[in-house]
Amino acid sequence: MSSNPVIQRIQQDVADNEVVLYMKGTPVFPQCGFSAAVVQVLTELGVKFKGIDVLTDPSLRQGIKEYSSWPTIPQLYVKGEFIGGCDIVREMHASGELAQLFQSRGVGTKAA
Amino acid sequence: MAMDAAEIERLIKQAIPDADVAIEDLRGDGDHYAATVVSAAFAGKTRVQQHQMVYQALQGRMGEQLHALALQTAPPPTA
Repeated sequence: MSSNPVIQRIQQDVADNEVVLYMKGTPVFPQCGFSAAVVQVLTELGVKFKGIDVLTDPSLRQGIKEYSSWPTIPQLYVKGEFIGGCDIVREMHASGELAQLFQSRGVGTKAA
Repeated sequence: MAMDAAEIERLIKQAIPDADVAIEDLRGDGDHYAATVVSAAFAGKTRVQQHQMVYQALQGRMGEQLHALALQTAPPPTA
């Protein structure tokens, strides 16, 4: 466990929730087009996820970038694993890989 | 805050010398780009790892000076 409380909180959130999206804004009111795009993909697939708004907390906004060595938001986590940002999620959705990934991890989708 | 397309390409090629880089300025504002990067260095790596290599090449500018860079990465097609 990290001694950094923000990192600890991230570890806890991605452990407690099957699918977590760190995003700008909320799933209902995304504040950024990239975050909105990922919400749309997850909604299309019918995946339940926890959206965490990084705009409410500057330390979280910075911390999540350090946690994944990934410089941008949104960031999608499935069963604790960092899957990617907007480009990767869109690419995987277009190819069908994302639906497969959810299925292989036992995450319920509309199709399943 | 904006960045020149040529500068983005230079940084990527500096870190990944064999990279084939194509950059498009999506809005003409020097702030929203799409880049396609093809390099043998990506072979056997996950997409996350491939993108991380490009982000590393940009030395912290991604998310700072550079607001939006839509990335597509791939190893070269095997002949």
